[in-house]
Amino acid sequence: MKASGSSKDERSVLAIRVHHDDNVAVVAADVQAGGVARLDDGTEVTAVEAIGRGSKIALRPVACGEAVVRYGEEIGKATRDIAAGEHVHTHNLRRGE
Amino acid sequence: MSGDFVFPGWRRPDGRLGIRNHCLVLATVACAAGVVREVARRLPEVVAVEHAHGCGRGGPDLGLQVKTLAGLVRNPNVGAAVLVGLGCEVVSPTLLKAAASASGKPLETVVIQQAGGSRKAADQAEALARRLLDELDNLPREEGTAADLVVGLKCGGSDTFSGLTANPAVGKAADRLVELGGTAILGETTEMIGALGPLLKLAESELVAARLKAKVERQEALAQEVLGPLASRVIAPGNVEGGLTTIAEKSLGCIAKAGSSPIREVLDYGDRPSRKGLVVMDTPGYDVEAMAGMAAAGAQVILFTTGRGTPVGFPAVPVIKISSNSELFEAMSDDIDLDAGTILAGKSAGQVGEEIMRLLLQVARGEKVRAEVNGQAVFAIAQEGPAF
Repeated sequence: MKASGSSKDERSVLAIRVHHDDNVAVVAADVQAGGVARLDDGTEVTAVEAIGRGSKIALRPVACGEAVVRYGEEIGKATRDIAAGEHVHTHNLRRGE
Repeated sequence: MSGDFVFPGWRRPDGRLGIRNHCLVLATVACAAGVVREVARRLPEVVAVEHAHGCGRGGPDLGLQVKTLAGLVRNPNVGAAVLVGLGCEVVSPTLLKAAASASGKPLETVVIQQAGGSRKAADQAEALARRLLDELDNLPREEGTAADLVVGLKCGGSDTFSGLTANPAVGKAADRLVELGGTAILGETTEMIGALGPLLKLAESELVAARLKAKVERQEALAQEVLGPLASRVIAPGNVEGGLTTIAEKSLGCIAKAGSSPIREVLDYGDRPSRKGLVVMDTPGYDVEAMAGMAAAGAQVILFTTGRGTPVGFPAVPVIKISSNSELFEAMSDDIDLDAGTILAGKSAGQVGEEIMRLLLQVARGEKVRAEVNGQAVFAIAQEGPAF
């Protein structure tokens, strides 16, 4: 993989979703606010903020308390409302008890 | 995969096959470390192992130490060993020799207090090691197959890509190894926390499922006890920088290394598998301690994925390093054997799994891994209490 990790469109970066139920994907390269993350099935989501390579982007809105799903499994719960295109990490995701 | 999975190994008296033919010079206690180091200086071809264990602890920790040290001596990659002790320690050369005697391999002992000090002990150990090295040189080779292999599965310094690239590729390789009759050990119980659901689906029987559940829940309870509210974030700072947020997320990526074979057995730390196929071992996540458990169980090789990059190897056991992203492969090319980051550029996990199997075969045929070339062998034993 070259540094950009970009697919067909230079302004879009590859994002990897493992399971159809996942509501987050991992961006394979840095994406800027307003940049587009594209899944391999062509689905696109616009980043609402800069998201670093290897970090998670929300593919759809996730309500506070709702499960964040990766690998088809719950990896934790949203600690506040998350908009589609937002960076998902320690500031808005915690493992549910 | 093209061609047969065969390689020339060394059949040990207990029936297991080594892919290396090392003479081990092992300190049985921390106090013997200086002597072992001196022997290694004089005879670089031995595998010299020193550590901080062997005395001063009681109960379960001591049991783990004896089991793990004896397991390393019994590992089929070790052809013979010189055990060096001080003379007043709990884990003495005599005790360790007895614990490892079922291996049937030549074992010699040196006791510093009886030899008359460290220099004389080093002279004795050196002479014994020279004789053992000559004996090992004359051992005949015997053809081995994948069914002879026990392969440890490990990830360390994980990032978000580990669970997308390197770990699924190792999972494909593990599936293939199991198809060919081999054995794969999935460890790192602390990295099964939050991932029990998918793991239990692989359990071969109710008994295996119950044991697995008990092991993971025990680790989770220990983590709660030790870390309290922080227990849900028991991942290293580098993991978080790498984009991983929760232990469940790390765990789900971690268990992808197991592939999709049925789990035949759940082992305690350092115990030898009684079944072939995929088995789970209760080990810490902490890299060197986990590898020690696998080596003690007889693993001749370890597949080790990394996203942040780690150079660690293990004494007498080749550790194959697989990067989760190509930037790491380029940045630490001296330490990484194979790049699974190519999956981000379009290769499938199955294709990289085949690359891993080809490399595994080359390593079984004697090719040195980067950690062997770099002399990156480190040894430590698990202690009671959670280690991540």
